[in-house]
Amino acid sequence: MRVSILAVVLSLATLAVQAFEIEDQTLFPADGLNTLRVISTADTDLFALLVRSFQAANPGITVDYVTASSSQVMAAISGGAAFDVAISSAMDLQTKLANDGFALRHTSDQTEALPDFGTWRDQVFAFTQESAAIVISPSAFADLPIPKTRQELIAILRAHPERFAGRVGTYDVRSSGLGYLFATQDARSSDTYWRLTEVMGSLGAQLYCCSSDMIEDVSTGRIAVAYNVLGSYAAARVELGETIRIIEPSDFTTLMLRSALIPVSAARPDLGGRFIDYLITAGWNGGESGDYPFPPINPDAFPGDNALRPIRLGPGLLVFLDRLKRQQFLEEWENAILQ
Amino acid sequence: MISLRAGSIRRRLTVQLVGSAALLAAILYLVVQDFARDLAQQAQDSILVASVTSILDAASVRAGEISVDIPYTALSMLGTLSDDRVFYTVKIGEAVLTGYNDLPVSKTDFDANGQRFSTTEYRGEDVRFVTGTRQLSVEGRTERMLVTVAQTRDRQQAILAQITRTSLLMGLGFFVIAAVLALLAAQSAVRPVNRLAEIVSRRGPDDLRPVTAPVPDEMLPLVSSLNSFIARLQTSLTRSEEFIAEAAHRVRTPLATVRTQAEVALRRVERPENRASLKDMIRAIDESSRAAGQLLDHAMVSLRADQLAQAEVEIPALIQEVVDRLGPVAELKDIDLTVDDLPRLSANGDRILLQNAVSNILDNAIKYSPRDSAIHISLEAGAQTLTLHVRDGGPGFPHGGENRLRDRFARGQNAEGTVGSGLGLTIVDEVARAHGGTLTFGNSNPGGGACVSLSLPLS
Repeated sequence: MRVSILAVVLSLATLAVQAFEIEDQTLFPADGLNTLRVISTADTDLFALLVRSFQAANPGITVDYVTASSSQVMAAISGGAAFDVAISSAMDLQTKLANDGFALRHTSDQTEALPDFGTWRDQVFAFTQESAAIVISPSAFADLPIPKTRQELIAILRAHPERFAGRVGTYDVRSSGLGYLFATQDARSSDTYWRLTEVMGSLGAQLYCCSSDMIEDVSTGRIAVAYNVLGSYAAARVELGETIRIIEPSDFTTLMLRSALIPVSAARPDLGGRFIDYLITAGWNGGESGDYPFPPINPDAFPGDNALRPIRLGPGLLVFLDRLKRQQFLEEWENAILQ
Repeated sequence: MISLRAGSIRRRLTVQLVGSAALLAAILYLVVQDFARDLAQQAQDSILVASVTSILDAASVRAGEISVDIPYTALSMLGTLSDDRVFYTVKIGEAVLTGYNDLPVSKTDFDANGQRFSTTEYRGEDVRFVTGTRQLSVEGRTERMLVTVAQTRDRQQAILAQITRTSLLMGLGFFVIAAVLALLAAQSAVRPVNRLAEIVSRRGPDDLRPVTAPVPDEMLPLVSSLNSFIARLQTSLTRSEEFIAEAAHRVRTPLATVRTQAEVALRRVERPENRASLKDMIRAIDESSRAAGQLLDHAMVSLRADQLAQAEVEIPALIQEVVDRLGPVAELKDIDLTVDDLPRLSANGDRILLQNAVSNILDNAIKYSPRDSAIHISLEAGAQTLTLHVRDGGPGFPHGGENRLRDRFARGQNAEGTVGSGLGLTIVDEVARAHGGTLTFGNSNPGGGACVSLSLPLS
């Protein structure tokens, strides 16, 4: 235990000099001197079971689990912080890290078994498939039909401005990497996104940093509608019961693939590889083991003959990270949402 | 022995053709490789050009400033086929408008389309760069915009590796097929030579006709030389035979005349000493005549044995003929020639030579047999041979000297007092060997007479 305390002190000391901010740090101690350092955008609670079962399968590995926002994960890895695995929901940032040479190649039986869309360059590995969902408060829709598409949502919001004024929420895409990814992909898929954003802007939308806060506020009734919430987070909050309702819009549902990579700055890339293999096994085997906190991956989402719009890993994701492109997108978004 | 071997045309042809095939296969491999490399490069270049063009097209001047709204497809198209890393930069003059700040962009060496292609190392990898330019007018100023899109070459290297494997296999396959064809070609090229050799070697010994089989143009000089050589040989052979006939005639005829004269003289003289010397003279003449005859026989045997005819010869008939011819000579010495019931056997060979051989054996037996004795002639069939035995009642062969009897002019030690040239058994031996047979001498146990056996292969 003394060793792990020392490790925490040391790692905190290391983190202190790095130019990035963390949200939380949790140590999952184990006997032995091996420490796997993970930086992730996923809440510790969500990953705790998965980390523990990984430790059960690989004894003697202490896991140091650090959470940070996706932009801070990006900053940490491109700044050379010594993490062995970087997990992020921001596929564009993960792609950029790999494209710019900050990721190590990793191949194993598990990575070989991945379909083409599940990996990029054998550097970025997807292990979840999570929808961008609309979460509503059923009480606010008591006398209204439940919207199934964005168009229906727009119509309802427009018809009842007094009920929804100040009670719609979405990501602040300026600060949230995942929010920006969802927004840009939505904008690419359909112009209803901009109409919806304008409607939300006219209703004085609340802007959030994170899915969990939006879910919290919907369940307490502070807001009635949250747009582009991580469906997986909402589904995980079973204790909220009937206070929230998750809608996957049937006009199109954007699917995000949470991904992991091994940074070039990793101290123990071998442990990182083992952890990634474990994540791939957990995710692509139908998520049957009870420790996998995400909805099972639907490999049929990719042929594309349905409303599911999975985001593809690849250089296309670099476009919206372009300085000018981002600037123009944010300008347009601000014009729509801030009225 | 002189070595006639100076290599093989077929081997030389094969080596040359296979060598050319190998060279062509190597050239094919290199050409395909080069072509494929160009093609793979062009494929990557064209998609990079499309990307550059779409970014150039997305530039616009807004509120006095150049802005670029990079289309999603500009970069996503680069990811459709490969997992290669993508870099880009947009510059206005020297200033980076957006993209990777440290991307090396050269502003010179643009081609006619205003594009520039290069391969340079960037961030530790081989990267293909395509740069395009566009002039933009901003508030009266003309600005030059440069867009560079770059991509690593992993996929291209993979394609190249595969093409290398394929073209290597192609070259190898081409070589194998060409080598097989070369072997066949060499074979068919030497076939006329082999055929000519076969035609010539298959000919009978007396066949001195010119070669008339059709041959390729290249072999015409050889065949015409061969034909003229055959013609000269024919002439020379004819001349030899004529010479032998001429010599036999010239020697025998005067000798016969001399002998007749001597006999006439013998009848006229009465003094015993004169008669004795005339008798000696007649004996010497006989000896000379016989020797001349045998010398000519021997010359003829040597000549004919070199060019052995291959006809089926009925041996019993031949023996009977010789016995009939020599019967009177034997009667002069009261020698009884007894001929067994001869089995019907035949041998392949030259009838004249065989007749000569049998005649010499019998002649020898008669000559060395005492008066009032008998000569026994029999023919025996073996598995693959027939053997003629001639047993006489003479003194037999002296022990130990049998082999020497085959030599020219050798005579048995106990042959003094008998007319003979010593050529008889030599002739028989040569005939026997020319026919693949053997001649053996021995003495028959009861009575001690000589036994001469001539074995010949059955036909």
